[in-house]
Amino acid sequence: MRREGSPWTGLWAVFFKEMADHLTGIRMRILEGLILLSALAAVYTGTQTLRQTVGEDPYLYLKLLTTAQDPLPSFVGFLSFFVPLAAIALAFDAVNGEYARGTLSRILSQPIYRDALLFGKFLAGLGTLAVLLLALFLLVVGLGLFTLGVPPGGEEMGRAFFFLLATLAYAGFWLALGLLFSVLFRQPATAALAAIGVWLFFAVFFPILTDLAAGALLLQADPFDPESQLKQANLALWISRLSPNTLYAETLTAVLNPAVRSLGPILITQLEGAVLGTPLPLSQSLLLVWPQLTGLVSLVILLFTLAYVSFQRQEVRA
Amino acid sequence: MVVIETHGLSKRYGRVVAVEDLNLEVKEGEVFGLLGPNGSGKTTTILMLLGLTEPTKGEARVLGLDPMREPLKVKSRVGYLPDQVGFYGELTAWENLRYTTRLLGLPEGEAQARIEEVLKRMGLWEVRDRRVSAFSRGMRQRLGLAEVLLKRPKVAILDEPTLGLDPEAAREFLELIKGLKAEGITILLSSHLLHQVQEVCDRVGLFHKGRLALLGTVEELAQRVLGGGYEILVEASPGLEESFRTLAGVARVEAEGGRYRILASRDLRPELARIAVEHGQLLGLALRRPSLDEVYAHYFKEVAHAA
Repeated sequence: MRREGSPWTGLWAVFFKEMADHLTGIRMRILEGLILLSALAAVYTGTQTLRQTVGEDPYLYLKLLTTAQDPLPSFVGFLSFFVPLAAIALAFDAVNGEYARGTLSRILSQPIYRDALLFGKFLAGLGTLAVLLLALFLLVVGLGLFTLGVPPGGEEMGRAFFFLLATLAYAGFWLALGLLFSVLFRQPATAALAAIGVWLFFAVFFPILTDLAAGALLLQADPFDPESQLKQANLALWISRLSPNTLYAETLTAVLNPAVRSLGPILITQLEGAVLGTPLPLSQSLLLVWPQLTGLVSLVILLFTLAYVSFQRQEVRA
Repeated sequence: MVVIETHGLSKRYGRVVAVEDLNLEVKEGEVFGLLGPNGSGKTTTILMLLGLTEPTKGEARVLGLDPMREPLKVKSRVGYLPDQVGFYGELTAWENLRYTTRLLGLPEGEAQARIEEVLKRMGLWEVRDRRVSAFSRGMRQRLGLAEVLLKRPKVAILDEPTLGLDPEAAREFLELIKGLKAEGITILLSSHLLHQVQEVCDRVGLFHKGRLALLGTVEELAQRVLGGGYEILVEASPGLEESFRTLAGVARVEAEGGRYRILASRDLRPELARIAVEHGQLLGLALRRPSLDEVYAHYFKEVAHAA
């Protein structure tokens, strides 16, 4: 049976309302404060280190983002830690919160489809995170300009743009996960806990598991046959790529470090004729991480679709 | 003109029957009461009329539109006040309604004018800038009705509108509903508080376990179930039971000392008074509309007996 009328009716109304809620909400303020403080700290120590080597590095600003100095992680390190938390915090009560407040049936009795509500909420979360990321990034660049006194190059900005895009896709993954759990669980607290649990799993336990798997796979390989060893190593790498964290980390490695030429094991024969240490152009770096980037985006779409289907099938009454 | 009609409308959740074979017609301008205890299928029926849940069988038409096929058209013409209506507590009353007007797609100027109009009408204009989290249950309910009016609806569907209100607030709310009827808005309301809503309803349908058991005006139902649409209370000398019973039109007489309760098919007060005066003293005489609670209780006692 075909339904009449556009599923997008009311999408922007939902988008702007949710975005306004996010930007004025106390929850977002706290997160912004946390991220800002840690980013500033990371960048400050970064510039202290880089000041001595200004002029030696053509990709100064990319270094600024990735330089870590004990005990502080780099700006990128901070971001990959906080972005999932921020995304989950924005989404975990998106749908079940509407149930709890008794607003869902009232909103859905307005002339809109459920599609608009869910998609509007997702876009609003993504928009909020995009604004947050862009503001942070500009702040960092501005700070770098101030302390280093060198303007960033075009290629650098291009790489930074793709870094932001990849971070947004990574944020989208956690946002879609939060949204899915907010549909599946009636209690916002349960949804938040479940999402944090998944995050912990990928951040802490998944690397341990993949290490174990890699060790076991390597044992299976024939110690006298390098080809079988390579095969097992590649297999272990593929397993670790099931995690969005790995995909994101690999993307960042290649995008923010032009010298990176491969994300897996590489044979000495493949390096023949290569001038080691020379940077790749942006287009080649992108080619390197294209599978990771599309993988990340498709994970986002998959999770959102799951959330969408389960929301469509849910009864309106609590 | 028929505004809402259903044919064989049914809804099952797995093996649980929520609504079974519902045939209903609501005419333009009337107040129709969908009455019955909790869990008898009232809210499910309403959700099906709005296209918010899919019927298992049968079909519904609201203003001639199919709510499953054209839900947006139905929802832009029909106002709905859910039971336990909720608002965004951190937003003000005005902001909450502003969101609704955006969802409705109203242009800015029109939206402002309508919000002002409905807030003033519901007596909430003074508190428009207060957060809804500080509102009482009665105020929220009135804000819900304000939101319904924002659409300038042809039909208003109100689910348990008086639930949780104190008697005074409930009475005020029912007055507001009468006001809507005077404007020509067709109203479908559901409630399990039969006695509270019976006076505003032109016709009622009594639900029982997902089925529409009785349908008609309160008088018709009383006539059919209790045998008399008029309930007359007489206070007179004792021992008049038999003479009352011989009157034409009397269905039942219950006596307790000098107090009589008579169910009749017409207003028999003059006749009863004459008999009472002839045989002794007449101390009191009152006509009462039969209560729906009684109709309901009586009907389902009979059904249980028959089964």
